Amino acid sequence: MSTSGREKIRISDLHAFYGESHILHGIDLSIHQGELVTLLGRNGSGRSTTLRAIMGMVGRRSGSIMVNGSETLNLAPHRIAHLGLGYCPEERGIFSSLNVEENLMLPPAVRSDGMSVEELYEMFPNLYERRFSQGTRLSGGEQQMLALARILRTGANILLLDEITEGLAPVIVQKLAQVLLKLKERGLTILLVEQNFRFAAPIADRHYVMEHGHIVEEVHAHELEAKTDLLNTYLGV
Amino acid sequence: MATFLGINLFGLFGQLLVGLINGSFYALLSLGLAIIFGLLKIINFAQGAMYMLGAFAAWMALNYLGINYWLALILVPLAVGAAGILMERLLIRPIAKEDHLYSLLLTFGIALMLQGMFTHVFGSSGMAYAIPEALQGGIKLPFMYLPTYRAWIVVASILVCGATWWMIEKTRLGAYLRAGTENAQLMQAFGINVPLMVTLTFGFGVGLAGFAGVMAAPVYSVSPDMGSNLLIIVFAIVVIGGMGSIGGAILTGLGMGIVEGLTKYFYPEASSTVIFLVMVIVLLLKPAGLFGKEA
Repeated sequence: MSTSGREKIRISDLHAFYGESHILHGIDLSIHQGELVTLLGRNGSGRSTTLRAIMGMVGRRSGSIMVNGSETLNLAPHRIAHLGLGYCPEERGIFSSLNVEENLMLPPAVRSDGMSVEELYEMFPNLYERRFSQGTRLSGGEQQMLALARILRTGANILLLDEITEGLAPVIVQKLAQVLLKLKERGLTILLVEQNFRFAAPIADRHYVMEHGHIVEEVHAHELEAKTDLLNTYLGV
Repeated sequence: MATFLGINLFGLFGQLLVGLINGSFYALLSLGLAIIFGLLKIINFAQGAMYMLGAFAAWMALNYLGINYWLALILVPLAVGAAGILMERLLIRPIAKEDHLYSLLLTFGIALMLQGMFTHVFGSSGMAYAIPEALQGGIKLPFMYLPTYRAWIVVASILVCGATWWMIEKTRLGAYLRAGTENAQLMQAFGINVPLMVTLTFGFGVGLAGFAGVMAAPVYSVSPDMGSNLLIIVFAIVVIGGMGSIGGAILTGLGMGIVEGLTKYFYPEASSTVIFLVMVIVLLLKPAGLFGKEA
């Protein structure tokens, strides 16, 4: 396990529930500063729920979720982001009653050194061109850029990204990979839920494999080749 | 007598003005309902009682404390808004996670209780509230006599509705409200205190009803059932305009007031039912309402 850099997220024995459904059954994981870590697994294995549990968006949680050294389990959900977290939901969460720029400016700053709007428009020129369009009029790829840009502006330095490549054209997936590498260079910490293993493999430092609400395997980037068969069994590819 | 194509212009403009005044109250009340419904997804049956509370608060402020109309116009909406905040925190919040039918029944119960309390104390005959001195009298226009206070009602309510619309549609605070209406949980994950926003929104929506109550005190008699009479029509207007549309609530409120006024002139027998007739037609042709978005 990588021990370089500070620990940004440490989850111990996390259980999460939606109503009566017990979704996560004792998750343990940790992520260090500057790492890009993925959660792999089939649909319904609990990857999105792990991100939602970190953000306080599940019905009930038990165990421990430390963010930047603070316990968040008993924190009001709206305080969690202010520990430096930025969350990009699977459905992207672009607001249709807001235009592109309003969407971009919506989340309040959670730290002081967020990227400026100019920087973000430079990174995603399409957003600048369409800044007065209704948020949901954008293409899927543009909406994804907007969902990402929106949390980069807040200064969040831990990003939780849920299936950001889902349904996007290969050229946009490539662009997203470049953006993530750039963010990693800046020292941001990224936890990525990903279905597209070919997107995740070259950019990630580590992978956790989930199944039925458990973490069943941890694979470091350098072990990928040796564990390909194992991964294929878990992911069913 | 001024006539045009056989139409008595004095009568017509007179009814149009009455319609516009009623429409001003419809707009203020349905705007408050729409704002509350947008974020809380509950239909506030107590909105009419809050309007009544506003009128009584103005009357009591004048008669017990010597607070004049102008001061009441500022203080009463704040007080009614504060009452709404207490109501949201203490009564609605605990059942917010249950089916919205429960909060609807709860607000209905609150409305009945308030109405009953005021009937018990003040009786149901209604009390008079004098028009403030500065707004007494009127202007003689070529085609009608325009009482100053009635003109003031229309102007003030359009200003308040317009300012509210601007705040919601054009400012950052309004963007929070619009986004919270769409996806409150994500707003929470972005670090926005949604429960606080819900409380303040409810207080603001109810405060609008309180404002309407103060405005109404000098023209309608201040009575315990003034709100329940109005609210039924306002619900029809909200349905016509489309639930949750801010601009729609304002325009439909004013528009339906005018429709009602015109009906009073051309076919007075239908004037009390015309709004419900429009509601039926709109529901048949456009179930989401004139300004509502199809789900």
